[in-house]
Amino acid sequence: MTIETASPPAPALEMRGITKRYPGVVANDHIDLEVRPGEIHALLGENGAGKTTLMNILYGLARPDEGEILLDGRPVTITGPSDAIARGISMVHQHFMLVPVLSVAENILLGEETMANPVFLDRREARRRILELGRRFHFEIEPDARVSTLSVGWQQRVEILKALYRQARILVLDEPTAVLTPQETEEIFAVLRRLAAEGHSIVFISHKLYEVLEIADRITVIRRGRVVGSRIPSETNEDDLAELMVGREVQLTVDRGASHPAEVALRIEGLRVADDRGSEVVRGIDLDVRAGEILGIAGVAGNGQDELVEALIGLRRPAAGRITLAGHDVTGHSPRQLNEAGVAFVPADRHRFGLVLPFDVSDNLVLTSYYRSPFARGILRNDAAIETAAKETVAAFDIRTPSVHAQMSTLSGGNQQKVVVGREFGRDLRLLVLDQPTRGLDVGSIEFIHRRTIAKRDAGTAVLLVSAELDEILELSDRIAVMYRGEIVAVVDGPTADKNAIGLLMATGGRAAAGVEQVPA
Amino acid sequence: MSGAPARAGDGRPGFVRRSWSVVALPLISIVLALVVGAVIILASELLIPGQAFDPLLPFRAYAALAQGAIGFPPDLNAIVSTLVATAPLLLAGLSVGLGFKAGLFNIGAQGQFLMGALGAVATGIAVSSQPSFIAIPLALAGGMLAGAAWGFIPGILKALSGAHEVVTTIMLNYVAISLLAGIVSGPLNVPGAPSPITPDVGNAALPIIFGRDAHLGLFIAFAAVGVVAWLLYRTTFGFEVRTVGANSDAARYAGMHPRLLIVVIMSLAGLLSGLAGAGDTLGLQHHLTSSYGTTVGFDSIAVALLGRSNPVGILFASLLFGGMRAGAPLMQISAGIPAQLVDVLQATVLLFLVAAPVLRRVLHLRGTPAAIDPTPTFTGTYGGNDVAGL
Amino acid sequence: MDGLINGLYGIPVAGLLFQLLGYLVAVLPIVAPIMLRVACPLTLAALCGVVCERSGVVNIGIEGTMLVAAFVGWVVGVALLPVLPATPSPFFGVTPVLLIAFVAALGSAMLVSLLHAWLSISVRADQIISGTIVNIAAFGVTGYLNELISKSSPTSAGAFSAFVPPAALVNLPLVGWLFNMFLNQGPITMSVLVIVVVLQILLFRSRWGLRTRAVGEHPQAAETVGIDVIRVRYRNVVLAGLLAGLGGAALSMELTNSFQEGMTAGRGFIGLAAMIIGRWTPLGAFGAALLFASSVAVSQSITFAPPAGELGRLLGAIPGQFWDALPYVVTIIVVAGLIGRSIPPAADGRPYEREATS
Repeated sequence: MTIETASPPAPALEMRGITKRYPGVVANDHIDLEVRPGEIHALLGENGAGKTTLMNILYGLARPDEGEILLDGRPVTITGPSDAIARGISMVHQHFMLVPVLSVAENILLGEETMANPVFLDRREARRRILELGRRFHFEIEPDARVSTLSVGWQQRVEILKALYRQARILVLDEPTAVLTPQETEEIFAVLRRLAAEGHSIVFISHKLYEVLEIADRITVIRRGRVVGSRIPSETNEDDLAELMVGREVQLTVDRGASHPAEVALRIEGLRVADDRGSEVVRGIDLDVRAGEILGIAGVAGNGQDELVEALIGLRRPAAGRITLAGHDVTGHSPRQLNEAGVAFVPADRHRFGLVLPFDVSDNLVLTSYYRSPFARGILRNDAAIETAAKETVAAFDIRTPSVHAQMSTLSGGNQQKVVVGREFGRDLRLLVLDQPTRGLDVGSIEFIHRRTIAKRDAGTAVLLVSAELDEILELSDRIAVMYRGEIVAVVDGPTADKNAIGLLMATGGRAAAGVEQVPA
Repeated sequence: MSGAPARAGDGRPGFVRRSWSVVALPLISIVLALVVGAVIILASELLIPGQAFDPLLPFRAYAALAQGAIGFPPDLNAIVSTLVATAPLLLAGLSVGLGFKAGLFNIGAQGQFLMGALGAVATGIAVSSQPSFIAIPLALAGGMLAGAAWGFIPGILKALSGAHEVVTTIMLNYVAISLLAGIVSGPLNVPGAPSPITPDVGNAALPIIFGRDAHLGLFIAFAAVGVVAWLLYRTTFGFEVRTVGANSDAARYAGMHPRLLIVVIMSLAGLLSGLAGAGDTLGLQHHLTSSYGTTVGFDSIAVALLGRSNPVGILFASLLFGGMRAGAPLMQISAGIPAQLVDVLQATVLLFLVAAPVLRRVLHLRGTPAAIDPTPTFTGTYGGNDVAGL
Repeated sequence: MDGLINGLYGIPVAGLLFQLLGYLVAVLPIVAPIMLRVACPLTLAALCGVVCERSGVVNIGIEGTMLVAAFVGWVVGVALLPVLPATPSPFFGVTPVLLIAFVAALGSAMLVSLLHAWLSISVRADQIISGTIVNIAAFGVTGYLNELISKSSPTSAGAFSAFVPPAALVNLPLVGWLFNMFLNQGPITMSVLVIVVVLQILLFRSRWGLRTRAVGEHPQAAETVGIDVIRVRYRNVVLAGLLAGLGGAALSMELTNSFQEGMTAGRGFIGLAAMIIGRWTPLGAFGAALLFASSVAVSQSITFAPPAGELGRLLGAIPGQFWDALPYVVTIIVVAGLIGRSIPPAADGRPYEREATS
């Protein structure tokens, strides 16, 4: 039992000397963290710095090798999520932990069911309590709505309701703004401030400096599993935090140089595309991309970007409209025809579209060209040519692999993506389609891919960059098109673009009044 | 086991190590299955009333099994009987293994086999008086086509509507049984025969090459191993098949046509199983009865899994199970152990193979790859929700 | 009315169709009890599938599970026959022998399900391969033991008998045949409807149902709110074994009174198809099972009581094998026609692994 001091108040949560080792890596190295009641405490760090591991330990999903956790000054051992919940800790995960086909009420009840009797749920009482909580925190929601029909912002509120329903005192939010527009982010921040004012403690995990400066009462920065500093927002700034987080003076934006756009390489006219369920999600897009420029498409995920990309690379047949590549109509052409016409593609989900993990590196490098000379002779494979070409690409793109015959799944994420980039960039291109090409990668790989992209642009390739990460769009694009509900609502100049203006366009399409969202029913 | 003899190489270990890492799990699984089989034999002795308990019965049973399969000393007739039992298993195993490579679970080898037999015999009867060099190829082609048709149906259904091949191929197995019985006792029936039977295939019968009944079909079966291996690993088509099996989304992006490949692979798989049926009837019985049946349905799955979908692996696996099938009658006669013990042994081998992660932990095996390689995941598309992605 | 009917029947060619329709309407009350009897094991297999797959475990080993239960029910019965009294009681013909055999059948099915649960949940094997192993093993073991035992033992230990509903009830106009359908049955068949309704309510209204559906749709989400995904799946698969066991017991202890090698004859698989067609709901699965059963019932009716006249002659000319194959063909057609619109639980067939590393 520790002796409680009078002032400052005993921390609601204290983590002392937390150490967690995984084979070959120390994920957490003697991390100390202290969160006071009513405080919003930001945990700042790059992807892979060890933030998520630390929170998994707090939530009982992982056991620490060393160190202890104290709640209200008392040491505790957290054995699993249900134990954490029972102790008043709740977590809002980066990827929402909601079951799409269940209703809001069912999602909130799950695991903490309000029962009418030992067998059946008390749906009426649950409904009453959910509505009451919503009123108290100013976000009323219909308990019987299916979660899959809600917008991302509202799904996040369901997550927060889930925590409140469990009477959480400590709320951990893991990268809560990753999928939100700036306006939705503001709304969530308002909710968080209200929660803190009522005495809840909030751990806010992020790698976005400006957000952390805006919302946090205190900031703890971790790098490579270690705490490298603590700050109070009023006594720091973005440059200071960035240096702490990355460990060296960083240029916040890569010097991309001036672009020299030439003739139109890709022209999209009146393009309409339907999704798998047959509803039209790309609704009449007109767009030009010139050779030698990077056009960024900004937009909240799910506004038709996936279908647009799939139409451009031939995986989805447009319902109407025309796609011309260097003057030739390529509407409805197959992936192979487009590939041969000089279209390359780096997918967001490399494990799904980019790579065949059970194959070796060399087979992955010829995935789109295996049938052509010199990799094939008639119907036969030419293994010697495949191996030679693979060795060249591995050297040219600095792919770290023991051999070109190493199985793809044994490579790190960054090197896997380099294989995709090596295959797609390593030839003459007309159009390069990048769909969140750096998602989940380390800083070094991100920088590598960005530099290569700019090099490709300067060599005269038209580049179309799609990303839900506004920062990446702003960093690379010469022009930015904003996509909203299947339409391009604005095209602005990249280098001079105003982030908030784009955010507003992403959120509202520029039509509705700012900051107002309908309550889904 | 203790002490590390050599550091793990950099992806290029020695030949012996590599070979061992491939065959270790199958071999251990076989040995463990034999042990389990012995326990079952001992336990079942207690079930038969009025018989003295014989602790050596498992050994006598296995000895009889080996005697029937190889002979002691090795005997040409026994070996030929093993080869005769192996040939259909080999072809049907290649059929299932080819499906595995493309990510398809063909449980329909049984129905395709029966249709192959029916197609071969029907064609064979029609050309029975032609010279052999015409009749035999035609009858074999008839069998292969009928088998391919029976594989084409689930293939096209999956490609068009997403109906999972596990459900459709099993249903087609039962339809094939009825269809064969209906045709043998209907249009093909010899009038006045006491029970439904077709006429003889005459000149379409496969010639005996050596031994009592080592017919031409055996050589075709063994040649098929090379053809399938060549197709899978040396051709661009094989690369497409393996890509679709490992990641159909990536295959689609790479310009391959998963739906088309599914239809082609299921048809090819049907062709191989159909050839198995054709060889069996044209080489051995030369006619069909309405009760003509086969155990290749389950056997072929066991063979393909034990052989890790690899043609050479399938060759060895089919020799093992073929030997068991050939030896089982002698085991039943001389040791009183029902031939169904072979089914039990097969299931147990598979059980240990699939439980490989546990085996590996218990036996401290290192570096041995997964039992089923590359791990096919058929279950992902079960119910057809992923079909839109094909 | 009769004049109209005769007029319709008289139309060339199309009249035959009307005759067939008239025949079907006429025989429905008579074949209805047979329909339910045929549907009983199919429904139970489908329910086994629903309970497994709603929690995310694909089970194609239902066929083998039922086969084992059918065998154990029979073999325990014949083994106990010399030891225990076997005089049928008036209550469904229940005897102590049958009761013990019944419990043993259910227990064996749960054990087989436990094997599938272990392979697919703990070992994380491909679930279709795991189910196939269950099927091969069940076929082999039951065949092996049956061969050993059947020569030296009695062929039957009796079976549950059907309840005879009061004539007054059965003879009620319009609805009497429904009473006959649901009450003129053995205990397992009679309880099917109850099980279907209870499961339907539990699945959508109870804590068990909510957790089951969550685990089958999004196991990570369930885990983060403290639900033990592995335990829920184990419990569901083993419980589902009970349902398959009931189906197997119905085969060898109620619908017939002995065991034959491979007597499930694909019922486990047809049950799975019924589950898909019924969109993973108990009521839907029951409806689909009745549909398959109707094709069996009609073919039996045509064989034993063909319609009169030209229609009967035509139907009689169809070989028996056509009717044998019909339920399977119907399954293929319905599965192929419906599958795009029947969406399985999102995590169906995907092994779950706690993600503690990141």
